[in-house]
Amino acid sequence: MKQLLLIAIAMLAITGCGKRETRVEQGNRDQILHLGNGTEPQDLDPHIVTGVPEHHLITALLEGLVGLDPKDLRPVPGGAERWETSADGTVYTFYLRKNAKWSNGDPVTAHDFLNSFKRILTPSLASEYAYMLYVAKNAEAYNTGKLADFSEVGFKVLDDHTLQVQLNNPTPYFLSLLNHYSWYPVHLPTVEKHGPVHERGNRWTRPENFVGNGPFILDKWRENQIIIVKKSPTYWNADIVRLKEIHFYPIDSDDTEERAFRSGQLHVTQTVPLPKIDVYKREKPDLLRIDTYLGCYYYRVNVTKPPLDNKEVRRALAMAIDRENIVKHITKAGQIPAHHFTPPGTAGYTAEARIPMDVDAAKKLLAEAGYPDGKGLPTIEILYNTSEGHKVIAEAIQQMWKKNLNIDVQLVNQEWKVYLDSQKQLNYQICRAGWIGDYPDPNSFLDMWLTGGGNNQTGWSNSEYDQLIREASRAADPQKRMEIFQKAEAILLDEAPVIPIYFYTRNFLIQPSVKGWHPNILDHHPYQHVHLEAAKK
Amino acid sequence: MLRFILRRILQAIPVLIIIATLTFFMVRLAPGKPFDAEKATTPEIRARLEAHYGLDKPLLQQYFSYMGNLVKGDFGPSFKYANRSVNELIAASFPVSLELGAYAMCIALMLGLLAGVIASLKPNSPTDYVPMSMAMVGICLPTFVMGPLLILVFGLTLGWFNTSGWFFPSDRVLPALTLGGYYAAYTARLARGGMLEIMHQDFIRTARAKGASEKRVVLRHALKGGLLPVVSFIGPAIAGLVSGSFVVEMIFQIPGLGRYFVTSALNRDYAMVMGTVIFFAVLILVMNLIVDIVLVWLNPKLRFD
Repeated sequence: MKQLLLIAIAMLAITGCGKRETRVEQGNRDQILHLGNGTEPQDLDPHIVTGVPEHHLITALLEGLVGLDPKDLRPVPGGAERWETSADGTVYTFYLRKNAKWSNGDPVTAHDFLNSFKRILTPSLASEYAYMLYVAKNAEAYNTGKLADFSEVGFKVLDDHTLQVQLNNPTPYFLSLLNHYSWYPVHLPTVEKHGPVHERGNRWTRPENFVGNGPFILDKWRENQIIIVKKSPTYWNADIVRLKEIHFYPIDSDDTEERAFRSGQLHVTQTVPLPKIDVYKREKPDLLRIDTYLGCYYYRVNVTKPPLDNKEVRRALAMAIDRENIVKHITKAGQIPAHHFTPPGTAGYTAEARIPMDVDAAKKLLAEAGYPDGKGLPTIEILYNTSEGHKVIAEAIQQMWKKNLNIDVQLVNQEWKVYLDSQKQLNYQICRAGWIGDYPDPNSFLDMWLTGGGNNQTGWSNSEYDQLIREASRAADPQKRMEIFQKAEAILLDEAPVIPIYFYTRNFLIQPSVKGWHPNILDHHPYQHVHLEAAKK
Repeated sequence: MLRFILRRILQAIPVLIIIATLTFFMVRLAPGKPFDAEKATTPEIRARLEAHYGLDKPLLQQYFSYMGNLVKGDFGPSFKYANRSVNELIAASFPVSLELGAYAMCIALMLGLLAGVIASLKPNSPTDYVPMSMAMVGICLPTFVMGPLLILVFGLTLGWFNTSGWFFPSDRVLPALTLGGYYAAYTARLARGGMLEIMHQDFIRTARAKGASEKRVVLRHALKGGLLPVVSFIGPAIAGLVSGSFVVEMIFQIPGLGRYFVTSALNRDYAMVMGTVIFFAVLILVMNLIVDIVLVWLNPKLRFD
């Protein structure tokens, strides 16, 4: 017995002193980045997928026409070394790099891009993000099957390395749009080899088949375990790529991810468990990063059912929420209280209109609507998808409305898909929602509220608003365009089919050895600019 | 015995058809559709997406074409993971769950049987109370507490094991303990109960009267009968263990099958839901059949009829 105890103590001592080298330390030495990547990707085909973890992978493997500056997200040359815009802003001509190559050695040509655009727009592929290309002339008609001849769509190959894109309207955010993976090229001959090109279920994205044009190539893909990408020797800008490998771990549980980070298995996490934010703030603030993010947490209001069909009631509710309090005491991660819908500073635009916190005015509005001191107002239901985070916010708002307006609120939670269905069917009174911009432009936040828009889901319709948004899409003068958005957002906030609550932040953990991981509102971190540098001991 | 097995297999077929039919209609009746997403795509694209997976066809037609493929052993493509079929997903993840389940079962049987048998030899003594209270704790401590606790001690504090992942042989230790510990506790209680009952039987008294040593009485005469409740329990338990545990797989980031039982339902990935349910049903049926055969072998009072 005594001997056993001695052995146990000895083992403890050995493991305690001679600590093993962690995966992170090893990675720092060998330029191997270990990333937590949320969840298992649906696929790696840019024309099929819809999620954020997929984005993190695809930007390593493929490259679009333009890239993004890692600091300020300015469009920078990518697959195209330069481009020209016509005077009216509707025709873009891209000059492709002659030295750009696919990972199998083939040159990247304008035909590759054209055929890729054709692929994503082909109806039979049923690509969910095909509508991202609708800014191009006739793209929508082709995708919806109204137009059969692709040569009438606004893409033209001028020569092997010159591509022209004809847009419906001057679209100031077009270049940022190009950074969405739906605009990325795929190597068509490879796709063809492994299944039908214009149908789902193609196997070209398996590691043994994959051909890409990005800074990294796909090396291993073990489902729900790891995806490894290796530096591509054929990438045109391979000289600046310093990382040798990136290992993506699909870790669904944020607690598991945090533990992996704490034990030195990850360089960067996707998120931080809410209760851990305070701990890191207190004890290891240098490992915690809180970056502002292009998104808004808000409540949708179903305007088709009384009493919320009444604008005064909606305004009153919106004005009786203490957003500062929610941000400070509940979400606690540097979120910005949202008194308007488009995140501040989106492409230089900040809404001037505001939904103030003004309890007296709210009470007055409610009285005007015929419910003095909340009398006669039926109980209102807030719907949220089952999650502790949404619940505490809903509870806080429930209390605020009771205290400030004497309104009774009931909370209802539903499982994710049921909640989505209720929203779509307008089967709710008020429900929580979140919106992340697809590209940094107010349009990404405002055109969703068009009458009958797929993401409107409030039943709200305003012809003046619709007209303004359409006008903005045709406006060539950037300043005039922003003025139109100001007017539109003022209408939106005045009518209050949405109640903005706060603007998102991205919270994650990052090892100090990761360099070039700049904060930006899209949370994009082009890996060619990232490298690892261990602190000198 | 062969007739017994054949009959059971024949009985299993209608059971499987009923399970498949119920699941088929139940997932489709659940509110929320496979391609509902927070960012809605256009109605046209959505319609084509549903058409690709045959969801635009009348329900009965979908049902018969599904059952037709099922007979051929084809579960169809996953809705969520576009480039993989349900068969492939199960084929890739089941071996992982099987491996983990096997380790866990070994731990459960070794610890559980040992603790249960020892406890039963001197009931209501310290050698009974100590293992049995440990078993009670083991049953009460759910895996989502046990797992993080083990990680905290052996992963984060002592640094002996990785906190998550499925890369090295050492990565198997903590998940197997977490999962096995829970089943060990059950096994211990069942083994104790079974042994206590057996030890009061006449044939044990006879064995003792004939002068058999206590060791011989326990191992040779009592054990076989005493384990009957354990055997009935471990049949379905093995099916449960080898098909993976959602909680343990999430805590340790293990690429097993268990996660799909939950995520496929949440994603309304109809094909995957069907695949996992039917696969699990077959597993249960097979395990129950094996258990019944073993029970007859252990208990001479039973016969194959």
